[in-house]
Amino acid sequence: MTFAKEESGGAAEEDSHDPYVPSQRRIERERHKRSRARRATAIAALSTLVTGVVLYLVVVNAPGWPRTKETFFNAQYAREAFPKVLEGLWLNVRLLLVCGAAVLALGMLIAVARTLRGPVFFPLRALAAAYTDFFRGLPLIINLMIVVLGVPALRLQGITVDPVLLGGTALTLTYSAYVAEVFRAGIESVHPSQRAAARSLGLNNRQALRYVVLPQAVRRQVPPLLNDLVSLQKDTGLVSIGGAVDAVRAADIIVGRSLNYTPYIVAGLVFVALTIPMTRFTDWVTARMDRRRAQGGTI
Amino acid sequence: MSGTTDGETGRAAMEPAAPVPRPVLRMEAVRKSFGGSVVLRDVDLEVAPHTVTALIGASGSGKSTLLRCANLLEEIDDGAIWLDDEEITDPRADQDAVRRRIGVVFQAYNLFPHMTVLENITLAPRRVHGTGRAEAEARARELLDRLGLGAKADEYPDRLSGGQQQRAAIVRALAVRPRLLLLDEVTAALDPELVGEVLAVVRDLKEDGMTMVLATHEMGFARDVADQVCFLDGGVVLERGTAEEIFGEPREERTRRFLRRIVEAGRL
Ligand SMILES: Nc1ncnc2c1ncn2[C@@H]1O[C@H](COP(=O)(O)OP(=O)(O)OP(=O)(O)O)[C@@H](O)[C@H]1O
Ligand SMILES: [Mg+2]
Repeated sequence: MTFAKEESGGAAEEDSHDPYVPSQRRIERERHKRSRARRATAIAALSTLVTGVVLYLVVVNAPGWPRTKETFFNAQYAREAFPKVLEGLWLNVRLLLVCGAAVLALGMLIAVARTLRGPVFFPLRALAAAYTDFFRGLPLIINLMIVVLGVPALRLQGITVDPVLLGGTALTLTYSAYVAEVFRAGIESVHPSQRAAARSLGLNNRQALRYVVLPQAVRRQVPPLLNDLVSLQKDTGLVSIGGAVDAVRAADIIVGRSLNYTPYIVAGLVFVALTIPMTRFTDWVTARMDRRRAQGGTI
Repeated sequence: MSGTTDGETGRAAMEPAAPVPRPVLRMEAVRKSFGGSVVLRDVDLEVAPHTVTALIGASGSGKSTLLRCANLLEEIDDGAIWLDDEEITDPRADQDAVRRRIGVVFQAYNLFPHMTVLENITLAPRRVHGTGRAEAEARARELLDRLGLGAKADEYPDRLSGGQQQRAAIVRALAVRPRLLLLDEVTAALDPELVGEVLAVVRDLKEDGMTMVLATHEMGFARDVADQVCFLDGGVVLERGTAEEIFGEPREERTRRFLRRIVEAGRL
């Protein structure tokens, strides 16, 4: 009964003592569904192939193709650039991990600060609001220039001049503002009756937020959060304005020397390749969350 | 505070209509408005220990609002509310401590969707009352079994039927052993058989000494279980008495009219 697994879709569970035998009608229906699925796959494959061939022919027959091919898709330069780009990418990855964690933590703090009630918290609330307003509006590149170039110019004692650390700080400042707004939207999307229910069980404000509101808010905001993290990953390249060599800067150096653009293509593909596992990972986490829920799992 | 209640039980049983000196819940001249519309105008209410009070009245007459005021989820405009002789509407009262003594089952259940039924029930005992996990879960399972939900402990609320969610919400409110239990339309989502079951649960709870206030449109339920019935109309408790008095010989013309409509709709 392989089809029972696919088709029962969460309905009553199959009872091993149930003398149920699928009727001719059901078998016929399953067979029809399977053949329809096969046909759909075949059509999709064929249409993909045709589209691919047409695109290829259009590009290859374009008048400028031979030159374009030489400057953008040169195998020799690709081979030369690849290890350098990968080396630079390690910096992007480290920045992403550290800044990503810092952004999530700081963003959550700011979002919670903005939802605090009571007059005592007014300064905190106002500060958090001013922070998000300012850093969401300030273009990232300007923020980076101020922090990466401006801070060392002050020649302060005990303050780092490392462009990577300063760049990471600037990234964290800007992205925390974005992520704080994502968290805040999540917190506000949880219906007030949930907080009321928690409070009427005797939980205080902090407990209601921690056990009831935040878990629901975070779950709902996983897709937009991922969006911001992917965006952060690409923007980690901007720390190169202070002289750090990341993947894009590594490609840049080779391009400047050779006047061939292939290294950019290599760097671009490497970034895409880095994003895909991240997306798949979130999909997997979300699916696991849903499955656990659907099966009423045990914790 | 609660040590004095034992002596009163005997008296209340002998003469149920007599005013009991130390009510669990007392409301005096409570007024509540939303924007311009006054929902509760001048509400007086007294709930004796170990009794069930049913609030009846047309839809929109303010039954849910009254319960929410009693639980301090709404701030009242005027009047006062006492729980065990402590004025809970006093601005200096510790609201969290008050709510810890009152259990509520909402009209819309309000179970937490990201937690299993068991986690819903054990949240407050563990986090607020500091009960150990094993003990909290044991008690939760015992209550779930009693309400016929033993098999659903590890399900998430969105996988339960309406009536099952309703009973899970009742268990969640009971798990903290409240002094007073407020029930809003707990039979609304149930089939007649389950109404009977919930009725039995309420009666059991009453025998265990629980004090309850419930809002309901189910007049049969109110008549069977309530010691005191309050008819809400126009923002006041228009009529108050035993179930026999209110359903048998209502004094007020408006009560009579309300009940006649209910009978015509076949709900009594
Ligand atoms: N938060 C609110 N803001 C504004 N008006 C409200 C609010 N809550 C309740 N009301 C109004 O107060 C009135 C009484 O509402 P309430 O929910 O107490 O009625 P009810 O007696 O419980 O009705 P039902 O039997 O339909 O549950 C209604 O007219 C409602 O529109
Ligand atoms: Mg109501």
